[in-house]
Amino acid sequence: MSFLDNKIPLGHWVESGLDFLTEEYSSVTRTISDVTENAIFGLNDLLFDIRPELLIVVFALLAWKVGYWRKGLFAGNWRLGVFTAVGFALIYNLGLWDSMLESFTLVLFATVVAVALAVPLGILAALYEGMYRIIMPVLDFMQTMPAFVYLIPAIPFFGIGPVAAIFATVIFSMPPAIRFTTLGIRQVPTQLIEAADAFGSTKAQKLLKLQLPMAVPTMMAGINQTIMLALSMVVIAAMIGADGLGGDVWKAIQRLQPGKGFEAGLAVVILAMVLDRMTQKLGQAKRQSK
Amino acid sequence: MPKIRVRSLSKVFGNNPTPALKLRDKGLKRPEILEKTGMTLGLSKIEFDVNEGELLVIMGLSGSGKSTLIRCLNRLIEPTEGSVEINGQDIVKLDNKGLLRFRRETFGMVFQHFALFPHRTVLENTEYGLEIQGVDKGSRAKKGLEALQLVGLEEWADAYPDQLSGGMQQRVGLSRALAADPDILLMDEAFSALDPLIRRDMQQELLDLQTRMKKTVIFITHDLDEALNLGDRIILLKDGEIVQEGSPEEILTHPANRYVERFIEGVDMTRILTANAAMTPARAIGYLNDGPRTVLHRMRENGMDRMLITTRERKLCGLVEADVLNEAVKRGDRRIQDLLITDLHKVSEDEPLNNLFPLFDERSYPIAVVDEQDRLKGVVVRGSLLAELAQAATVESGQKDNKQAQPEGEHIV
Ligand SMILES: Nc1ncnc2c1ncn2[C@@H]1O[C@H](COP(=O)(O)OP(=O)(O)OP(=O)(O)O)[C@@H](O)[C@H]1O
Ligand SMILES: [Mg+2]
Repeated sequence: MSFLDNKIPLGHWVESGLDFLTEEYSSVTRTISDVTENAIFGLNDLLFDIRPELLIVVFALLAWKVGYWRKGLFAGNWRLGVFTAVGFALIYNLGLWDSMLESFTLVLFATVVAVALAVPLGILAALYEGMYRIIMPVLDFMQTMPAFVYLIPAIPFFGIGPVAAIFATVIFSMPPAIRFTTLGIRQVPTQLIEAADAFGSTKAQKLLKLQLPMAVPTMMAGINQTIMLALSMVVIAAMIGADGLGGDVWKAIQRLQPGKGFEAGLAVVILAMVLDRMTQKLGQAKRQSK
Repeated sequence: MPKIRVRSLSKVFGNNPTPALKLRDKGLKRPEILEKTGMTLGLSKIEFDVNEGELLVIMGLSGSGKSTLIRCLNRLIEPTEGSVEINGQDIVKLDNKGLLRFRRETFGMVFQHFALFPHRTVLENTEYGLEIQGVDKGSRAKKGLEALQLVGLEEWADAYPDQLSGGMQQRVGLSRALAADPDILLMDEAFSALDPLIRRDMQQELLDLQTRMKKTVIFITHDLDEALNLGDRIILLKDGEIVQEGSPEEILTHPANRYVERFIEGVDMTRILTANAAMTPARAIGYLNDGPRTVLHRMRENGMDRMLITTRERKLCGLVEADVLNEAVKRGDRRIQDLLITDLHKVSEDEPLNNLFPLFDERSYPIAVVDEQDRLKGVVVRGSLLAELAQAATVESGQKDNKQAQPEGEHIV
């Protein structure tokens, strides 16, 4: 018997590692879980309480106006506004309104957490070559690992439910936000860095007054991708008990109902398009503000 | 004490400078050192002083080390060896905090491609230096606007850089450098990216600002015209070493070697050469309280038929002709004061040569060169002007066809 046949217990190691983490930090993960869950359900209840007609109007207005705040009262993206109104009305009509709101909430939470982690990491990778060499391979790993795999450790940490879904979603969707933050900062022309240095800027001043402001459009492109990834993961996360449109898709698969599956899928597409166009506009808003 | 004092400043690009410096000390030049060690000798043993209020031009071909040199002055590039004293303090020895203070308070820098911050308005760009010094919003806006007024752009305060033309952008660059009121301006090819007309304007504007504000300026260029126009003094760099240092005139009239000569080829000499270059000392002069007889005698002695008359302090009074003197002697006049021709052309030493041509009229009197106190320094006669021009033309055409150049020079006059 060759030594090649002796299976390395890689999976076993990972499991004992996870077991260890779960036991040692269960109180921590429990607390995080409870707090997050309460926040998610709270926001959901709030959105459920608002009359759908009103909420549709609010979403449509937001879609119409985003990126056009400083351009006068009536300037805005008419097409996106109308599309949002019609699309969301259709979702309501199909009876998927509550699911859509649940998915929306999950995406919102996951994105906020992902961005809050990604921006500092992206800055570190941009400013310190050592960090860059550590972070980038890890990102490659995170992005090529099949998305489903993240779902498994999420459960022992946070139990079945929306928090585990958010955990997996954050890990899955964070890489582009990190990459684009790093890219945006590294793209600042060296002659501008030199100018900032020549006037006696400290490292922090350079970052806050030059590098970050100039990186914003690029960072927004990364955040846009993060949101899209988050939405796709939130749908998959229905497998571990996340509510929302993913749940409807999942049910349709289990019961072999292609019609229902299509309707739920269409709702995901509409939500994705609205979020995508809105965040794209947000990224360009800075450049157009003069 | 000079404002800036640079001593044995060297820069080696690469992570192991010691062997490169050793080879340099053995007399090897940049290309051999690069071949042997893989390090680039950016600068080698640079030494110069700059006085307060002086405008020093550093000139050289691409790759000669101009940018490296100016960046060593504020340590955007760390010198490998040597010292840079500003007001007597060696900034190479400063710690990070001290260096930041120097960069904030003492230096203002202007860049070839402007390097304005695109996400900030013109005023916000101008305020940048003050902002990072922690000056409060009100007073930095005030100073920023003042700096914009200096360059005539206060109306554009709220525009963004990409809304301005190149010339205007560089004015913003200049006002950004001036806003914190630094003693020293570092300008790296600041006008090279501008088209020629705008460039001339900017040079004039810099000179005007300089007379008003008395900054010490280090100006880098690879353009001789610009160097001659701006520089009180010029340093010529080649392969990281100084090949010549001197006033614009010295460089033109006594190029140190072939490299410098190549630089000054193709310059319009008549515009650059000044009266000083074509002037000869007056062979003999008469004094105002000499009698007509004395002056006439001195003229005969020197074989002249006209002579310049000055006071004992060499203040120019006028010119007297031999035949006028002869008549006066016959009449028995004792004073020459009334015999003088006083409408002579007077110029200062730095008058460009081409301004002198129109001054020669049919009387063909010499042109007197005088200083601020009207004291006679010398004269320019047609002959010496032509000679100087011929020589200039020789340098200009690379000494190939000086036979042709000479008649051409005569033709002009
Ligand atoms: N960071 C660097 N690393 C290695 N070599 C460098 C570096 N910076 C400059 N050099 C080399 O040093 C020499 C002088 O460069 P420098 O930029 O000072 O020239 P310059 O006179 O400003 O030229 P230009 O007119 O093109 O701006 C060049 O040979 C250049 O290749
Ligand atoms: Mg240069």
